[in-house]
Amino acid sequence: MKPVIKLENIQKTYQTGEVEVKAVRGVSLEILQGEFVALMGASGSGKSTMMNMLGCLDRPTKGRYLLDGMDVSGLERDELADIRNEKIGFVFQGFNLLSRTTALENVELPMLYVHRRIAGKEQRERALKSLEIVGLAQRADHHPNQLSGGQQQRVAIARALVNQPALLLADEPTGNLDSQTSIEIMGVFQKLNDQGITIVMVTHELDIASYTKRNIIMRDGKVVTDEPVKNRLNAETELRKLRNAQEAVNLA
Amino acid sequence: MRIIATVKIALRALRRNKMRSLLTMLGIIIGVGSVITAVSLTTGATKQVEAQVQSLGESVLTVFSGNFTSGATRGGWGSAPTLTVDDALAIAKLPNAVAVSPEVRDREQVLANGLNWNTQVQGEGPDYPQIRNWRIASGVMFTEQDVRSLAKTAVIGKTVVDQLFPNEDPLGQTIRVRNIPFTIVGVLAPKGFNLFGQDQDDIVLVPYSSHMRRITSRTFVNSILVQAANDKVIDQVQQEITDTLSARHRSREPDFTVRNQLELMNAVTATSKSMGFLLSGVAAVSLFVGGIGIMNIMLVSVTERTREIGIRMSVGARAADIVVQFLMEAVTLSAIGGLIGIGFGMGISMLIAHFGNTPSVTPAVWIAVAFVSSAVIGILFGFYPAWKASKLDPIDALRYE
Repeated sequence: MKPVIKLENIQKTYQTGEVEVKAVRGVSLEILQGEFVALMGASGSGKSTMMNMLGCLDRPTKGRYLLDGMDVSGLERDELADIRNEKIGFVFQGFNLLSRTTALENVELPMLYVHRRIAGKEQRERALKSLEIVGLAQRADHHPNQLSGGQQQRVAIARALVNQPALLLADEPTGNLDSQTSIEIMGVFQKLNDQGITIVMVTHELDIASYTKRNIIMRDGKVVTDEPVKNRLNAETELRKLRNAQEAVNLA
Repeated sequence: MRIIATVKIALRALRRNKMRSLLTMLGIIIGVGSVITAVSLTTGATKQVEAQVQSLGESVLTVFSGNFTSGATRGGWGSAPTLTVDDALAIAKLPNAVAVSPEVRDREQVLANGLNWNTQVQGEGPDYPQIRNWRIASGVMFTEQDVRSLAKTAVIGKTVVDQLFPNEDPLGQTIRVRNIPFTIVGVLAPKGFNLFGQDQDDIVLVPYSSHMRRITSRTFVNSILVQAANDKVIDQVQQEITDTLSARHRSREPDFTVRNQLELMNAVTATSKSMGFLLSGVAAVSLFVGGIGIMNIMLVSVTERTREIGIRMSVGARAADIVVQFLMEAVTLSAIGGLIGIGFGMGISMLIAHFGNTPSVTPAVWIAVAFVSSAVIGILFGFYPAWKASKLDPIDALRYE
C-alpha cells in the first residue's frame, strides 16, 4: 500500500505578538491508503493545527508534507486551493452547508471549481450518485433547514466525496449530533472505508474513536500514542444493540 | 474561468435579498434616471431651438441701419435713415451674396371683406421666400417686375388669411392698406412662432418699392436681408458687406450693423454644451453616490457571508474565483440598476414631454454612456469588497460565527 499522507518532521509555529507559540513540534507519520484514523488530543494539543495542515488550509513552518505522493508543503494559496479541490474532501463539525441552497447544489459546489469544465448534466449525475452513497438521493431538492442534523452531515459527506478525493478529512463530524445519529454517521464512514476510502477524523470522544482502525493521540504538539484500535466497534451492531435496549425500555 | 457558473451564483445571491438589492440599486436608478431625463429634455429643447434657427433661413445675414439720435433720444438699431435700396443693390453685386432683399416694416390696419386686422406690413424683394426658406402655399410670390412697377400686389400669411378670409379663398381678393387696394397673389405656408414667441404668420408682404412709395413714403429701408452662398463664406460676406457699406456711407463710425445667423446658432450650441457639462457633473456625482451604496452593501454582504466564503475556499475556490463572484454581484447590481434607470428616465422624460408640450429626445449615445458607466461603477466600487473577501483566511472564515 502506498502512503496517502507522509509527514516528515512537521512543525508549526504561530507568531502572536512577541510570543512564539509552537503548536506542532515535529510530527512524522505515514497514513496508508484505506486507513481509518482518529486524531485525538485535548484542546491545545495541536490536533486542530495538524488537521488544518493535513487539509492544506495551512502550511507547515518546517518539514515536508507529501499528499498522494506530491510535496504540498511549499505551495502557494491558489495551488493549495487546487489541491483541496482535487485531493481532499472536508467534513466539518458544523456541517457548513450553504443555506437556501438545495442538497444537490451543495454537493455540486466542489465541481464548480474544477479546472476542467464539467457539463451541468454530468455535475447533477455525479452529485446524485454521491447523495445515493450516503443514502439521501430522495432528499436532493431539500434545503439544509429542511433536513435533520444527521441528514445535513450526510449531505456534507456527499459533497466531500463528489470529486473522488484521495483523502476524506473529518473535523469532529459527530460533535453536533446525538449519540444515535453519531453512530449512524460512523456507520457511513465505516461503509466508505470498506470501499477503500482513506479517512482521517479529529475527535475527542473515545467511543467515537473506537469505530476507527487506528488512534493517534497528540499532546503538546507531539504524537504520544499511535496504535491500532483493539476492540473496534461496528456501527451496525451498535445500532442494533441500541434499538433493542430502547425496545426493552418501551416494553417495561 | 467558470464565468457562467459565477454569474449564476451572483444572480442567486441577489435574488435572495430582493428588497436589499432593489434598495442598493436605487442610488444608481435615481442617478441614471435623472441624468437620462435631463439629457432627453435638454436635447429635445436644443433640437427644437436648432430647428427654429434653421427656419430663419440658411446662411442668412441681416444688415440693420444704425442708431438715430435726436437730441438726447437714441432710437436704437434700425432707426437711423442710413440704409438705402442702392445699398442693397451694391450688396447684391458681391460674388458670394446669392440673394438680397431690402426690408421695410410697418404695422398697419388692414381691411378686407368687411373685416379689419392690425398686422405687420412688410416691404420685401421677390427673393424673400427663398432667403427665409419659406414656401408659398398657394399662388405665387410677387416678381421683380412688380417691384419695378410699384405693383399693388401682396402675399399674406396664414394668420391674416384666418382673420380676414375665414371661409374663402383669398387668392385674387383685395386688401386695403391705408385705403390703397392690394391684390393677393399668394399665401405663405404656415411657419408658426419664432424663437421669441412671435407669430410669424401674422404678416402681409408687398414689394418694398410699393411699400416705400405708396404706403409709407420712405426713402430708407429698415434692414437688408442677405443670403450667403454657404455657411463657410458667411464671415467673408459679412466683412465684404461691412467694407462696401463703409465705403458707400463714408462715415467715420459705422452707421449700420451686420448680424449673422451662425452667431445665434453658436449661442444655442454653447448653451447646450454648458448644459452637457453640468449634466455630466450631476451624473458623475449621483453615480458616485450610487457606487458608494453598492460598496457599502457589498462590504456588509462579504461580512455576512464570511462562512460561505470559507466553505467555498475549503472546497477549492481560488482567490480569483471569490473576486469574480463578488465583483459579478456588484456589476450585476449596478448594471441592472443602470438599465432600470434608463427605462425610468426615458419614461419620466416622455411623461414630462407629453404634459409639458416640450419634445423629448434620448440620444442613443447617452443610453450607452449611462449603461457602461453604471457597469464601470459596479466594477470600481465592487472591487474593494471582492478583494477583501478573497484575502480572507479560509480557517478563520470557516470558524466565523
